[in-house]
Amino acid sequence: MEAQRAKWKVNMYAWLLLLPSLIFLLLFTFYPVLQTIILSFHQADLGSPEPFFNGVDNYKLMLEDDVFWKVLSNNIWFALGTVPTSTALALGMALFANKVLRGKGFVRTAYFYPTIVPMIAVANIWLFIYTPEYGALSHVMEWFGKGDMNWLGDQTYVMWAMIFMVIWKEAGYFMIFYLAGLQNISQELYESAAMEGASSWTVFRRVTFPLLMPTTMFVSIIAFTNSFKLVDHLVIMTKGGPDNASNLLLYYIYETAFSFWDQGMASALTIVMVVLLLAVAAIQFFSLDKKIHYN
Amino acid sequence: MRTVTKSLFSVVMSLALITGCSTGNSTTSSNQTSPGGQNNQTAPAAETKPAEKTELSFYYPVAVGGPLTKIVDGMAEEFNKENPNITVKPVYTGSYQDTTTKVQAAVQGKTPPDVAVMLSTELHTMMDMDAIIPLDDLIAKDGGSDYINDFFPGFMANSQVDGKTYSIPFQRSTIVLYYNKEAFKEVGLDPEKPPATWDELAEYAAKLKKDGRWGIEIPSSGFTYWMYQALALQNGKNLMSQDGKEVYFDTPENAEALQYWVDLAKKHQAMPEGVIEWATVPSDFLEGKTAMMFHTTGNLTNVKNNAKFDFGVAFLPAKKNFGSPTGGGNFYMFKGIDANKQEAAWKFIRFMTEPKRAAQWSIDTGYVATRNSAYEEDIMKQYVKDFPAAKVARDQLEYGHAEFSTHNNGKVTKVLNDNLQAVITGQAEPAAALKKAQEEADKILAPFNK
Repeated sequence: MEAQRAKWKVNMYAWLLLLPSLIFLLLFTFYPVLQTIILSFHQADLGSPEPFFNGVDNYKLMLEDDVFWKVLSNNIWFALGTVPTSTALALGMALFANKVLRGKGFVRTAYFYPTIVPMIAVANIWLFIYTPEYGALSHVMEWFGKGDMNWLGDQTYVMWAMIFMVIWKEAGYFMIFYLAGLQNISQELYESAAMEGASSWTVFRRVTFPLLMPTTMFVSIIAFTNSFKLVDHLVIMTKGGPDNASNLLLYYIYETAFSFWDQGMASALTIVMVVLLLAVAAIQFFSLDKKIHYN
Repeated sequence: MRTVTKSLFSVVMSLALITGCSTGNSTTSSNQTSPGGQNNQTAPAAETKPAEKTELSFYYPVAVGGPLTKIVDGMAEEFNKENPNITVKPVYTGSYQDTTTKVQAAVQGKTPPDVAVMLSTELHTMMDMDAIIPLDDLIAKDGGSDYINDFFPGFMANSQVDGKTYSIPFQRSTIVLYYNKEAFKEVGLDPEKPPATWDELAEYAAKLKKDGRWGIEIPSSGFTYWMYQALALQNGKNLMSQDGKEVYFDTPENAEALQYWVDLAKKHQAMPEGVIEWATVPSDFLEGKTAMMFHTTGNLTNVKNNAKFDFGVAFLPAKKNFGSPTGGGNFYMFKGIDANKQEAAWKFIRFMTEPKRAAQWSIDTGYVATRNSAYEEDIMKQYVKDFPAAKVARDQLEYGHAEFSTHNNGKVTKVLNDNLQAVITGQAEPAAALKKAQEEADKILAPFNK
């Protein structure tokens, strides 16, 4: 009896502690998600004064929409372009910043500072870096006789330009996680490796890299979701142009919701994006998780 | 046990905080609504009691450079001083797009602003949302046709549907040609004779082109449709019907206009290939990287203050005729605000568009003053005398037309923009792209033609 009472007390206590955040979660996450799912089965646009149920019509229309397929494939290329490179770069930077003897603070700050600058400011800076003729990049390209490259105005280059900028912006942020990961690896392992006379490459391959796998997984999931979440730069730099060449899924959702005012379609697109992100995170999590050493 | 009580206490406190917040909100909102409600119930009493204060919320965007928020806030303050029983609360709401989004959210939440400045092209979209009210009754009561007819017809064109007026022009612009007089002299062109026809424009631009300097830049990011509309107007007629239910993209004249735009880069090599960024074109011009540019009059003050060379402003060159679309923002009033507030809001709109204020606003920003009588004001006469370029935009208004605006405007505009950019980046042919744009736009507009 006494034990049951105590248990009830602990339970109640836990629920009470959870309650405030639970309320917020229900109010600002689960309820809107539910509403979005419901709305995605309705026609709710400028042409229909009152939203009405239209089954899976929004999803059907989406499949016929060229722009949807375009932004989806853009987004996949954008992810493929940014995730592995920024992760690898972050790892390299972390290894260097961890080893460097002099100016450790300076190196870390230098690598980290792009993260501190807000995306909107970054986009404004890079808009001028990419400007033909007098942009910073154009000055470099002039040595190769290509000073008039119109990076943002050409369908073939614009995505590369975006990918490069985002890697620059993101790598420093991921470096922080790797730095923390490196601090956690026990020095004894390195000492015993040194006793065995292992080369530094072997040490990295057999000790450092495997023990950093939890960090790598975390970083790659974050990087992947970020590649779907980061669209602020499009507003400043290209508005998704030329002809959707740099458009991404989330920006298209924004356009659909707040420029076309097609709330039904925007909801359907959102659901697609959420399902996609969940699926990829699940695959990464469950398949990679088995191969990871957690000490 | 003591720790448990302590923690429970903290939980309760945080809950109290949350509820505290929400009740706090509800009391303020009821405070805000109660004067309006009272006025509704006891309207006659309110009239006899002038002490009753009317509060107006006023949303406005800023779209050009300069300390505009300060100027607008200053104007509102002046209004409040002149009208002690009305308090206008100006709210800066970001870009045009942000403002529309915020207004829309507020309309859906049943707390619309009382008055707002939004793009003149939002007219049909706002009507689809059933968010705005016609202003004819208010105009009839105070101002009348003397007031309305004083505005330039090119600006009023985006305000009226089916004989009703829904918005009042405020910060309006149009496209003009900026040119570098020194570059003209350098290549042996008369700096007082800007190109007046398409052929001259192409010829001069090719002549002005040299290493490190383009002949002309017409921006094609973001406002692609606007620039294209100018070319289309010069070669015939506007791209849409006045009621915003039909578009006319797929015509030989329009294909010709688009071909001309592409040719400036491809054939005459006088303009950069690919999409040219809207925001960098003025700095290209100021840096001498382009000798001419098409841009909004909203940039006039910026160019005037920052150009280190002598520059000129001219009409956009003509093909069949001169032509340029207007652009910019108008005052709108929203559904669901009571009569008392409507009258106060109208007073505010009248105040903001007074000839003298319109003139000062134009001088401060570079926007075109919206009314004929503004140009009769002494400050404006003096300004135009010192800076004749300021008059070019007004004179061009004779050939000014409504800016592209249809039902479901955002989507139709995007279809047009995308297809134009496909042509500009060399991925499609003008006629084929315009045909595709026409088909897609027809599909989008079908529900509004039922």
